[in-house]
Amino acid sequence: MFRDTDRLAYYVMILPGLVLLIAFTFVPLVYSVIAFQKFNPALGIQGSPWVGLDNILYMFSLRDARQVFTNTVFIATMKMIFVLITAVAFALLLNEVRFLRIRRSIQTMVYLPHFLSWVILAGILRTILARDGMMNDFLGIFGIGPVYFLGQPNIFPWVIIFSDVWKEFGFEAIVYLAALTAIDPTLYEVAELDGANRFQKMRFISIPGIAPVIVLVACLSIGNVLNAGFDQIFNLYSPIVYSTGDIIDTYVYRIGLIQGQYSLGTAVGLFKTVVALLLIGVSYWAAGRWANYRIF
Amino acid sequence: MFSSRSTSDRIIDWLITGFLLLAGISTLLPLVNTLAISLSDKAAVSGGMVGLWPVGFNLNSYGYILRDDKFWQAFGVSVLRVVLGGGLNFVLTVLTAFPLSRTVKAFPARNFFMWLFVFGMILNVGIVPWYLTISGYKLIDTIWALVLPGAIPIFNVIILMNFFRNIPKELDEAARIDGANPWQLLWSVYLPTSIPALATITLFSIVGHWNSFFDGLILMNNPDNYPLQTYIQQLVIADRPALHGGQAQMLAQLSSNTLNAAKLFVAMIPILLVYPFLQRYFIRGIMLGAVKE
Repeated sequence: MFRDTDRLAYYVMILPGLVLLIAFTFVPLVYSVIAFQKFNPALGIQGSPWVGLDNILYMFSLRDARQVFTNTVFIATMKMIFVLITAVAFALLLNEVRFLRIRRSIQTMVYLPHFLSWVILAGILRTILARDGMMNDFLGIFGIGPVYFLGQPNIFPWVIIFSDVWKEFGFEAIVYLAALTAIDPTLYEVAELDGANRFQKMRFISIPGIAPVIVLVACLSIGNVLNAGFDQIFNLYSPIVYSTGDIIDTYVYRIGLIQGQYSLGTAVGLFKTVVALLLIGVSYWAAGRWANYRIF
Repeated sequence: MFSSRSTSDRIIDWLITGFLLLAGISTLLPLVNTLAISLSDKAAVSGGMVGLWPVGFNLNSYGYILRDDKFWQAFGVSVLRVVLGGGLNFVLTVLTAFPLSRTVKAFPARNFFMWLFVFGMILNVGIVPWYLTISGYKLIDTIWALVLPGAIPIFNVIILMNFFRNIPKELDEAARIDGANPWQLLWSVYLPTSIPALATITLFSIVGHWNSFFDGLILMNNPDNYPLQTYIQQLVIADRPALHGGQAQMLAQLSSNTLNAAKLFVAMIPILLVYPFLQRYFIRGIMLGAVKE
């Protein structure tokens, strides 16, 4: 049944993907050794002098680098918490809407921003959050402002967090809505016979019903603690808000590619790669342990 | 039939529906504001007078974009990368997912390759070595720099592989008894039965290609080679007068707000056009990715 020619065919099929995987994922990994060099593009990897852990130690001594690490973890964690809460609340409320038409229209509206790029959304946000933009006009009605949303270090991270909620909450709600539809309707019927009201049904049937999905999403997001959203922040930040808004990815881009400190940029990037791999390992382990999840 | 539900219950129903409709509409308000600005008079926009409805309605910005060669050049680069990149993604995803969907008995190296690809997916190498690699291949300033590095979307491979694994084994065996080899099996059994999954991964990769700007920014030295998102990023975001200063520049910028809004909107149109399909298939794709075995 299992012929050798079949196996050959499988190898041939997988070959192009394998070549590209090696060329664009594993070769860059080899290039990462420049984190341990004083890399000079003119000399290349072979010609550049080795400096051991100097770049790594230097990185840990930089005040910027530590600030950037804290900013990244703070923004990423807050995003996860607020997106999760909003998505769960939205799914639970949408589940109460009885008219399918209205339900679908609401979904159509809230999913849209997920598909637009951060370049477009940042362009829009910059207009709306400007001094004379729509948001300040609105706040002005209540006598608040004008607020410099993108220019104040204490406000900027929250603009990032809540604009991410705006873009993603609807889409994140999809998995919870699916889990809610999977709940056995007879549970609700029995609860009604027992005299349960709407909130009791939500509390004792809907929420426990989606709890496994919430646990799964929470576990998997552990792996993203160092991803605070490069595209979003890169298109919204400015030097005024570096103190609270600069994240690892934007920092690496600036020192590595703009200032041309290739080795230092690579060292910071490599640090992130290693920590992220560990975190993803932990997240898959946690997801398998508490949510019976396997990636393949 | 009359519902047995109480009046207060029905009032809460309406409150929830109303609240969600309001939330849904406010999600879209920023987009409406952009559209209104793009259709308004420049002076009204600089005065901060435009909310959700155009003031001094005109189509000048759109007329200007129609004649703007740079815009269409960038648009062309984006279309090219979507066609080349999307096509390449499709072929490679199918060719990789199929052998990985086989049993270890049929393809003994399956588990080794699976781990390798998953490791490649979670391994996130830094931007500097990534740039040096691509520059080492002499791909800078070519369309291939936008197409080849992401040519094998491993997440899509896993989605498709899981879909293949759920196709009934009977179909497989029947084709084999007829003497089909793996290529024929893939072409005439697996592809035709996987249309929804294929549509999903294709949309994933098209939207991804259309929306990415960063590879264009660092891998293209010549602005003529920028894809549309990078072009817009440079125009609307990077060249801000607040950072450069200069009163004259500030004034010029203010009057170009309508034009920028129009550009943002035109760049959204392709996504809006495929949105009905996106909604249908993305949701299915998420479920495909979530439901295993």
